[in-house]
Amino acid sequence: MSIQRTIELPQPSLESGNMLVNIGPQHPATHGVLRLLCELDGETVIKIDPDIGYLHSSFEKLGEFRTWNQIVPLTDRMDYLAPLMYNCVYVMAVEKLMGLEVTERCKVVRVLCMEMERIFSHLLWLGTTAIDVGAFTPFLYAFQERERIYKLHEAFTGARITTSATRIGGMMADLPDGWTDQLREFINTFPQTLDEIDDLLTRNGIHLGRTQGIGCISAKEAINAGFTGPNLRASGVDYDLRKDRPYYNYESYDFEVPIGTKGDCYDRYLVRMEEMRQSLEILDQALKNLPEGPINVDDPRVSLPSKTDCMNDMESMIHHFKIVTEGIRVPPGDCYFAIEGSKGELGMYVVSDGGEKPIRWRIRPPSFVNLSVLPQLAEGHQVSDLIMINASLDIVLGEIDR
Amino acid sequence: MTESTGALEQILTEQFGSAVMGTELQCGDQAVVLLASGNNFEVLEWLKNNEEQLYELLIDVTAVDYGSGKGVQVIYQLWSLKHKKLLRVKCSLQGPTFEISSVVSLWSCANWLEREVFDLFGVHFTDHPDLRRILMPKNYSEGHPLRKDFHLRGRFSRERQTEIALNQSYEDYYRPEQLEDLSTSKEED
Repeated sequence: MSIQRTIELPQPSLESGNMLVNIGPQHPATHGVLRLLCELDGETVIKIDPDIGYLHSSFEKLGEFRTWNQIVPLTDRMDYLAPLMYNCVYVMAVEKLMGLEVTERCKVVRVLCMEMERIFSHLLWLGTTAIDVGAFTPFLYAFQERERIYKLHEAFTGARITTSATRIGGMMADLPDGWTDQLREFINTFPQTLDEIDDLLTRNGIHLGRTQGIGCISAKEAINAGFTGPNLRASGVDYDLRKDRPYYNYESYDFEVPIGTKGDCYDRYLVRMEEMRQSLEILDQALKNLPEGPINVDDPRVSLPSKTDCMNDMESMIHHFKIVTEGIRVPPGDCYFAIEGSKGELGMYVVSDGGEKPIRWRIRPPSFVNLSVLPQLAEGHQVSDLIMINASLDIVLGEIDR
Repeated sequence: MTESTGALEQILTEQFGSAVMGTELQCGDQAVVLLASGNNFEVLEWLKNNEEQLYELLIDVTAVDYGSGKGVQVIYQLWSLKHKKLLRVKCSLQGPTFEISSVVSLWSCANWLEREVFDLFGVHFTDHPDLRRILMPKNYSEGHPLRKDFHLRGRFSRERQTEIALNQSYEDYYRPEQLEDLSTSKEED
C-alpha cells in the first residue's frame, strides 16, 4: 500500500521570498505539544500544516484490552483540563448501552461535576489566551480560581487532575461532608473575580484590537467545518446539547445559551465568558435541588453486594467475586452518547459484543475537529494573529492526540 | 424497528434501491442506516441536502474492526440542526484492502477525521485531497494500530526493538529536506 501524495508542502526557496517557519512543538503559545509548519511571506501566513500526534498514547486501543470500569482512568488523562467531564461522559455512554438509569442524586452530582469542569476548563483557556495577547494579570487571577476547583477535586476524589471519579452505575464515592459548602463558597465568590477579569479584558483596547475581526468564520462554514461548542455558537449557530439533546434533566435548569454574531476571536471570548456565568447559575440550582438518597444504583449487573452479605451467604460472595474478577458485562450493540463538553460536542461511541471488554471505544474529540479548521482560519492573517486564533479555538492536545 | 426508522428505510430504498441494506434502532432511540460500501457518497449527499433530512453537521467519522475476517465498518454520525435528529450511517467494507469514497467535498471536517481512520485502520478514502498519517509518525511502517490483527504487545522481541532503535538515523527527523517531503513513509513491513 502506498500513501497518496497530493499535498504540495511549502518549499523553502530564495526566489519566492517565502520563509518556512516551524512553530512548536515545544512552545507555550501552541497550548500543548502542537507543531505548526508555516509558510510565511514576511509576516503574513500563506500556508499552515499542523502536525499533531506527539502525545498519541493509543487510549482507544488500550481500552479494547481493559474491562469496562478500567477504562475510566484512561478518560481523564485525555483532557486533563476537564477530567471529571470525561469520566462522566464515558460512563453515561456505557449506561445508555446497558439501559441503566442512575439514581437522581447521582445525576445531580454529575451535573455539578460537569458544570464545575466547564468553568475549570474555560478558566485555563481565559488565562492562557490573555497571556498570548500580553495580559498577565488575568492569568494569575484565573489560576487562583482554578486552584480552588483543584481543591474541590481533591476533596471529592483524592486527586487533583486524574480524578477517575465515576463508575458505571454511580460514582466512586458520595460527596464528602462539607463539600457542597466549599462549592457554595466558590459560587458566591467567583463572580467577583470574573467581573475583575471582565473589566481587564472586555473593553481593553489592546485586547479588542487583537481579537475583533480576527479569525472570522461564518455560520455556514463553521457547520461545514464541524465546529461544535462555544466555537460554533460564536458564529451564531444555536446548537447546545444541553438544550437540543438534553440529558440528566438539563431541560429543568434555567439557563441561557450565549450566541455570537461574527464568529471572530472576540465573539468566542464573549461566549465563553458568558458560559462561565451560566454554569454558575446551573451549579446554584443543582446545589439547591441536590436530592438525598443513594449515589449508586442497586442493580446486580454493576453494583457489588454489601460486605455483610458477602460474608453471610454464598450467592453474594460469588456475585462479588464475579464482578471483581471478570468485570461487568455489557449487552451487544453500539451506542453513541454525547454531552456538551467545555470545548464542543464530546461524544463516546462504544461497541460491545456482550463481553467484559469493548470491541471498540471511540472518543469523538471536539478539539481535534476544531483544530483542523486552524489553517482555514489563519491563512492570510499575520503570525501574531495565528497565535491568537489558535488560542481562541481552545484546544487541548491530550485529547487531540489521545 | 420503530416507525421512524421504518419510514426512513422506505424513503432510502426508494431513492437508492439495494444500496441501503436496512435500518436498525440502537439503545431505544438511536437510528442507524446500514449501507453497501459503494454508495456512501450518494446517500450521505442526499441525507445532507434533502429538505426532509438536512443532516448538515457531520459529527464524527470513525471505524470499527470486528476482527476475524468480519471486515471493517466505517461509521458516520450525523446531526440535523433543523430537525434535531441524530443519525448513524454504517458502511461495511470487506478486505483485504478497504476502500470507500471520501466525503471531504461534502464536509470539510471529514478531512482530518478520514485521515485518522486511514492512519489507525488503513481504510483508503478515494478522492481524499490529503491522505496522510495524522497521529502516528509520518514514516511509521508497522501497520494500522486499531486493527484487530495489530497486537498490543509482543510484536517484536526485545532484541529486535533495540535493533530498530539503534538503526534509526536521527538526522532523518530533523534535516530540512525532510520537511519538504513529509510523506516519505513507505509501508515496508
